[in-house]
Amino acid sequence: MSTTTPIAPATVEDLPAAPRDWMPLLLIPILILLALPLVGSFPTWATLTIAGLAMGLIIFLVASGLTLVFGLMDVMNFGHGIFVALGAFVGVTTISALGGWTASSSFALNLAAIGCAGLAAAVVAGTVGVLFERIVVRPVYGLHLKQILVTMGGMIVAEQVILALWGPEARPMMRPASLQGSFIFADIAVEKFRLLAVCLGLTIFAAMSLLLNRTKLGLLIRAGVQDREMVEAMGYRVRFLFIGVFAAGSALAGLGGTMFGLYQEMVTTAIGAQMMVLIFIVIIIGGLGSVGGCFVGALLVGLASNYIGFVAPKVNLFSSILLMVLILLWRPQGLFPVAKR
Amino acid sequence: MLANIFSQDLPRSKVLTVILVVILAGLLATPFIFPGARSLNVGAKIAVFIVLAASYDLMLGYTGIVSFAHTMCFGIGAYGIGIASTQMGPTWTAMAVGVVAALLLSTVLALGISLFSLRVRAIFFAMITLAVAAAFMTMASQLSDWTGGEDGLNFKVPELISPAFSLSDEKFLGASLDGKLIAYYLVVVVSGGLFLLMLRIVNSPFGRVLMAIRDNDFRSEALGYRNVIYRSLSSVLAAVFATLAGILYALWLRYNGPGTTLSFDIMIDVLLIVVIGGMGTLYGAVVGSALFNIAQGYLQDLLKLAHGNIDTIPVIGALFHPDRWLFWLGLLFVLSIYFFPFGIVGKLRAGALARKPTAT
Repeated sequence: MSTTTPIAPATVEDLPAAPRDWMPLLLIPILILLALPLVGSFPTWATLTIAGLAMGLIIFLVASGLTLVFGLMDVMNFGHGIFVALGAFVGVTTISALGGWTASSSFALNLAAIGCAGLAAAVVAGTVGVLFERIVVRPVYGLHLKQILVTMGGMIVAEQVILALWGPEARPMMRPASLQGSFIFADIAVEKFRLLAVCLGLTIFAAMSLLLNRTKLGLLIRAGVQDREMVEAMGYRVRFLFIGVFAAGSALAGLGGTMFGLYQEMVTTAIGAQMMVLIFIVIIIGGLGSVGGCFVGALLVGLASNYIGFVAPKVNLFSSILLMVLILLWRPQGLFPVAKR
Repeated sequence: MLANIFSQDLPRSKVLTVILVVILAGLLATPFIFPGARSLNVGAKIAVFIVLAASYDLMLGYTGIVSFAHTMCFGIGAYGIGIASTQMGPTWTAMAVGVVAALLLSTVLALGISLFSLRVRAIFFAMITLAVAAAFMTMASQLSDWTGGEDGLNFKVPELISPAFSLSDEKFLGASLDGKLIAYYLVVVVSGGLFLLMLRIVNSPFGRVLMAIRDNDFRSEALGYRNVIYRSLSSVLAAVFATLAGILYALWLRYNGPGTTLSFDIMIDVLLIVVIGGMGTLYGAVVGSALFNIAQGYLQDLLKLAHGNIDTIPVIGALFHPDRWLFWLGLLFVLSIYFFPFGIVGKLRAGALARKPTAT
């Protein structure tokens, strides 16, 4: 006869919380502090830091969708850059159509113009994203090699369509009147637009964290990234989730494109391919599929490229690659490894 | 005898054999039947791109890994010749130094990237090569003291293959026997040799292991082959052949710049050639390269014709603009991945197989 010992029902307090991994987060302040002696002068360093944060947050906007798409369905979209270019061009068109709003000195009207441009870019890029998923990506699920080739081919075609619609010339992208120039506090020049980019990026990161960590939808997405089969076995259709995430990711990339266009004050079709390189580095650093890792990675890349761009401009792009190599030597799966794939 | 030269891997389709013979004969006879700088250029470019695309196929079609740093090796080869010639003068010694240095550099780079990224996941390799290639291209245009920056390098080649050299004053079959002609045949013959060498490699036991890894990497690992080692070797071999193609291209053009060999556009061209010609069949590189280079030259003329008639329709008209020729090739690329995964060559071979169902 076996004796059964009653199992005491576990109270909530007994459940061990998942250990928080703070180490990667520390890398950001470490990098910022390390850069101070390299740059030399304090005001320059502060300006570069703000610029780096702004650039990092824009990269994060673009990269977060890609990393989630990969985590959910194991799809690596090499054509993601096209949504950036599309967003940038839609942004240019909207902003020049709202010429009256951007020229006025009222901050509210200026902000509304940028808001409209970003919204239009996000809507167009999101719609095209759904089409892209349906036409290009869906027939090749589960086939890595074909995915890379087909999404690359989709990018070639889409890039040519953009060239046909908007023409091959580079478009200047004017920032609205009250966002030109910079504030100056105690010798530190802070460009107004960069401040706006930092605010917007942080707001979206906060919203995304809340969505992913505090809602049922977010729970499903995170669970799907960790183990898709299990979530499907529970009766949820990960496919629908995936289409939603793909559309949201494309929309964010479009918004990021508008912001990046304003950041550079210039838009070309090469903007997509140019960002693609940074995005890949960022999501590899962060760990494929991890939004938190993507955030840390984007800030690190943005900061490093601004510092190195100032100290040694010739090796700028290599700085991001060097950063990636160092981090992968420390954690071969990226900062926050997600799935065991 | 013939089968041995082709490493027992014959075209296996009559139509394909005819196409290949026409391409080979066309390349060999170009100086005599189409005299003129433009057709010679197209011929030499086809020959060089056959080697470049075939070496890419070694990785993509036979091993199943995607690299975006292939043009980096192509560029290293071309810059090797260019820099050696500008720094040491146009002698054969300088050429040899350039060749050895370029081969060493691309071997080391390819080995480093492969061992670093192929260990984790094959998809890492595609992403990391993309990043490294972009960084390398920026660096090449930044180091303008050596590479000439965005403008590139114009350099001299040894006298024997430079246009100034003349074998005889008399014309032979309408072509002047000068260094340009020697250079052309050097490019074509060496390209042919390299192609046969690659055919030998993919039909060796080593090549079989590569295909086994492509088809089922889990199983090949279980059979005792170290996938990482074989994949890395394949990517290093591909890099070496791409470097050699770059060397030939530089010897032919006597110019090299970022846009000629390093740029991402060339990478896309190579992808188009390999996929449309046929992945996993080296002959696909030959067919694709000939088709692509001819299309590049003449599709634009065709589009110009079409554009003239319908340029009033807003978007469709713009897509027929001669500068948009890549749109049509890109469309063909996507469609061929869906419907003819083994490209033109695969289609032809399947047709030949269907016509004689009783054969072995």
